[in-house]
Amino acid sequence: MPRFYSTAEHHPENGTLLGFWLYLMSDCLVFACLFAVYAVLGRHFAGGPTGAELFELPLVAVNTSLLLLSSLTYGFAMLAMSGNRLRETLLWLALTGGLGAGFIGLELNEFAHLVAIGAGPRRSAFLSSFFTLVGTHGLHVSFGIVWLVTLMVQLARHGLTAANRRRVMCLSMFWHFLDVVWIGVFTVVYLLGVLP
Amino acid sequence: MSQHDAMPGHHSPGHHSPGHDSAIEHAGSLKDYVTGFVLAVLLTAIPFWLVMGRVFSHSGTTAAIIIGLAVVQIVIHMVYFLHMNTRAEGGWSLLALLFTTMLVVIALSGSIWVMYHLDHNMMPAAMPEAMPGMSPSAAPMPDPRAMP
Repeated sequence: MPRFYSTAEHHPENGTLLGFWLYLMSDCLVFACLFAVYAVLGRHFAGGPTGAELFELPLVAVNTSLLLLSSLTYGFAMLAMSGNRLRETLLWLALTGGLGAGFIGLELNEFAHLVAIGAGPRRSAFLSSFFTLVGTHGLHVSFGIVWLVTLMVQLARHGLTAANRRRVMCLSMFWHFLDVVWIGVFTVVYLLGVLP
Repeated sequence: MSQHDAMPGHHSPGHHSPGHDSAIEHAGSLKDYVTGFVLAVLLTAIPFWLVMGRVFSHSGTTAAIIIGLAVVQIVIHMVYFLHMNTRAEGGWSLLALLFTTMLVVIALSGSIWVMYHLDHNMMPAAMPEAMPGMSPSAAPMPDPRAMP
């Protein structure tokens, strides 16, 4: 009896990268929903403080630069990896993690300041949606840092194996994706938020 | 993907390069990263300057420009950092991206549109018999504590 289908397992090459890209797209939808919530509630101050009163743009500019620089250093890590230079890869990854940690530190500092002056997430719909959107992004970056440290340990122990290369590539997509989301955050939340 | 290399003829016509070549494609080049970074810095600095320096007196103008710049910067990041092109993964990643973009646009524009009209219609002045002669846009915001 003739068979008209392949009996071999069909597994497309680089399936992991495509699958990870699809995960990022679904994550993009999560952020789109949070952006929609912020767009709807972002001006509902309930008599509380407004974005123009709360946001410190110089701080946001520093944060944005940290994240943008970390995208570049991750790119350098990728270049070092394709050149099979393990130590250089680790160095650039460490720098990326440091910049990410600086970003998270400044953001936590901002959150703590807001809560301390009574502008916590419970104050108004604006602040609830602000903390949800920016907090979710910060949580992603934090998990990215945990992943980065784990990956550096893996690289140090096992070197630039095929599996490790794939992981570094997935994390690079994750990291650059978070920078893309941050473009939306600093534009929609901070810059549009302080406009009269 | 070494097991595929042992199966000649199994690849689809677009996938002539096995395993490692597409990995190099994902890594990009130094020129890509530096170009992307310089463009991103410019596209970040301009909106911050526009808002912090109060360049335009009209908020609507500033808002439109910085949203436009953000969209351009997102495309720059996609091309130079995420190496998005029509060939990656046989076009499937681009297709997924376009589909996601469509969903995002529908979710965002739909939410803003519907909720904007809901806000308007919930205002007391939107009912003509309640306050005749007053347009909804001129009405003051209702006191949230007075709402049920």
